[in-house]
Amino acid sequence: METLEKRLSTLEYVSVENEDDRTTVTVAPEKVLELAKILRYEEKYDFLFDIVGMDYGDEGFGVIYYLSQTENPARLTAVKTRTGSREKNELDSVCEIWESANVYEREVYDFFGIIFINHPDLRRIFLRTDWNGYPLRKDYDFESNSIPVHNELIPDMETSHSVYMHEGHEEDVTRSLFDSNEYVVNFGPQHPAMHGVLHLRVSIEGEEVKNIDPNFGYIHRGIEKLCESYTYPQILHLVDRLDYLSGTMNRHAVCLCCEKALGLEVPPRAQYVRTIIDELTRIASHLLGWGCMCMDMGSITAFVYGMRDREKIMDIFEETAGGRLMPNYNIIGGIARDINPNFIRRVKEFIPYMRKMLKEHHILFTGNPIATGRMKKIGYLSKERAITTGATGPSSRASGWSNDLRKIKPYSAYDKVDFDEVLRTGGDTFDRYIIRLDEIEQSLRIIEQLIDNIPEGAFAAKTGAIIRLPKGEFIQRVENARGQFGVHIASEGGKTPYRVKFRSPSLVLVNALKEIVPRHKIADLIMIGASLDYVIPCIDR
Amino acid sequence: MYSFKDITDGIDSILHLFLNDTFATLAELILAGLALIGAYAVLALTLIYAERKICAAFQCRIGPSRTGKWGVFQTVADMIKILFKELIRLDHNDRFLFRVAPFIVIIASMCTFAALPFAKNLHAIDFNMGVFYLIAVSSLGVIGILLAGWSSNSKYTMIGAMRSGAQLISYEISAGLSLLAVVILSGTMKISEIVEQQSEMWFIFRGHVPAIIAFFTYIIAGHAETNRGPFDLPEAESELTAGYHTEYSGIQFGFYYLAEYLNMFIVAAIAAVMFFGGWMPLHVSGWDGFNYIMDCIPSFIWFFGKTFACVFIALWVRWSFPRLRIDQLLNFEWKILMPICLINIILMSLIVVF
Repeated sequence: METLEKRLSTLEYVSVENEDDRTTVTVAPEKVLELAKILRYEEKYDFLFDIVGMDYGDEGFGVIYYLSQTENPARLTAVKTRTGSREKNELDSVCEIWESANVYEREVYDFFGIIFINHPDLRRIFLRTDWNGYPLRKDYDFESNSIPVHNELIPDMETSHSVYMHEGHEEDVTRSLFDSNEYVVNFGPQHPAMHGVLHLRVSIEGEEVKNIDPNFGYIHRGIEKLCESYTYPQILHLVDRLDYLSGTMNRHAVCLCCEKALGLEVPPRAQYVRTIIDELTRIASHLLGWGCMCMDMGSITAFVYGMRDREKIMDIFEETAGGRLMPNYNIIGGIARDINPNFIRRVKEFIPYMRKMLKEHHILFTGNPIATGRMKKIGYLSKERAITTGATGPSSRASGWSNDLRKIKPYSAYDKVDFDEVLRTGGDTFDRYIIRLDEIEQSLRIIEQLIDNIPEGAFAAKTGAIIRLPKGEFIQRVENARGQFGVHIASEGGKTPYRVKFRSPSLVLVNALKEIVPRHKIADLIMIGASLDYVIPCIDR
Repeated sequence: MYSFKDITDGIDSILHLFLNDTFATLAELILAGLALIGAYAVLALTLIYAERKICAAFQCRIGPSRTGKWGVFQTVADMIKILFKELIRLDHNDRFLFRVAPFIVIIASMCTFAALPFAKNLHAIDFNMGVFYLIAVSSLGVIGILLAGWSSNSKYTMIGAMRSGAQLISYEISAGLSLLAVVILSGTMKISEIVEQQSEMWFIFRGHVPAIIAFFTYIIAGHAETNRGPFDLPEAESELTAGYHTEYSGIQFGFYYLAEYLNMFIVAAIAAVMFFGGWMPLHVSGWDGFNYIMDCIPSFIWFFGKTFACVFIALWVRWSFPRLRIDQLLNFEWKILMPICLINIILMSLIVVF
């Protein structure tokens, strides 16, 4: 970090603050692009983790860029900027530097109305174009959007616009997304192979995909806005509903974030159980992901096999936590209740069962010549593109990018176990497919090492009846089944947060579709989408 | 061996008591048509039920179990439901072609069905060029599918129809060439004669290696012609929602559904006729006792037994294989399957000549 500080100290427009696990760089809004270029090309900050929009009241709007280097992935660097007054709401876009900024900046524009100059596609991302106001601003008027009673046309379906600076004043340029003679087919929001309500507009020529435009927001529930009026224990319940297939892991992230802010020591028993539950969830999620991918390729039997094995995990959850898909198990300070007496026995029965079934899954699908013929050398995502699009998790580990937070920055009991980060180098659909089955095996290894050694003792630390986080901004990352999930909490010291932002690994995965899919066939579009394994409620929030 | 000749002759003589020759023949034609339509519907229901149960067994499920014992009336209930469903009218489409398309599909399928020899002397259409008729009529269905896709005025159906056109026309070549190998072996196109010739030994055993190759190429190509997995691209559920019949509802959709299952049956039945002797029992020359026991089993049981064995193979493949991609599908046909069929015909001719 010394080199970074040395480099940045030569610039007069930035100030650097070092904390134990992250560096905060504050920069004037005009200089964001300049600093971003220095960080990207000189300091090798190639991974843009997230962009968080902030409303600082009278000090204007702010944006926080969380950056990381692939060489030093454990450390996050936050680049903060604020516009200074509420009238000023323009910033330079960093899209050309990091591909993932495309969707993140659209999100900030959607919620805060911050205009990113030179952004190629500055549309609203979750809300409709006829939405009035920017809902995450603190002065947002809740009455400004009446419930529409007419069935009106939505203009944002056809055109996009960008804002450019031209001789000192802004120029708004509108362009149409597709040519009038293109054959555009809607995939979704209601479609058997869209895992949730994703809407893809695909321009095709014969069977070949030319261009693709994802459309989000069909299941946007405004969770980030809701969180601002909820207490911290209440927020936990919303978090399960983001990525419902890795609900416990998302919840784990929020718990860890609050615990870090409060300085709570979580009992080792809770840490072990959390880790086991996380890994069981990961297995369940990968089984479903595997099954859905097989189903999208036309093999429905494989899907049923995946669901059958996943059911065993759901039964274990039900017994211990009461819930199946949403166990509601992690709480701030530990876990909600102690494990069921049968828990250890059933998990131990599950491990050899799952190993046996994994072999069967390989026989049923991996060894099938049609399946391998369809997956191999299709949908190539290079390591560099994976990093710049911000695609984390198994989908990018298949391209050879090592980004497993369980290894990089172990939390809970991950530092006490021995497991391998599964990496592959092909970057094609087959690698993204096989890596999930291999990760199931690694998860079983983790569980195997922990299940016999769950320490005795309390299962939750004592917290006050009302949880108040100290003033400040906190970020926590965990590895969920789809990649790096991040929680950013800004607190003013009250019992409700000032701002909560979730970093969804799925959002950038859908954006990566734009990279991968063109020049492939329609059937490949569906298969590649399934191999990226995104979950839509996590994107829309 | 028990023969249906007594029954058919009986009906014939009863009709002649009341009617003159012309009207008697007309009445017989109508009766035969009604019987075939009835058999068509019953078979379709049986096949749907069988598929649901078999696929459930493959997938560690139970399958239909509530309606009647073991759920046997489930498909009947489904049929009644589908008859009462609304036929949704679309705007901005070609109404006439939209309505006609399902009929073309089901008529093509029924015409093929009528030419099958179900049992000894139970055979409605039997020309001296029966095999040619089968191939010709079964390929009419693609017109209905193309019309359905075109007239629905929807993008999914259009893609489905184009895929279907490309696929069916390609695979018909292989299916026809495979059957041609058997025609070379038997020297006739008349189906009843082909069956009679297999009284000594079925063609799959008599035709040496070429007959076995022809059987496999026919099963693959025939499977592709029925639009079922792994060749279900025209209605690829996860890609095109339902392909060419996306916009159909009620009994119009039901026609496609019935035709799909019956086509599966027809392909299996043709395979049984051409390679396993149709209704002809298994005879081994010299083993008279064995042959006598085989003859005691009624001929229609032989026919349906063989056909359902082939249907089972189709179901097994369908429920364990993923779908092909369109370019792989066409490459497979034009670069692998068709050359094999052509070489196979030469082999078969050499065997027949020498």
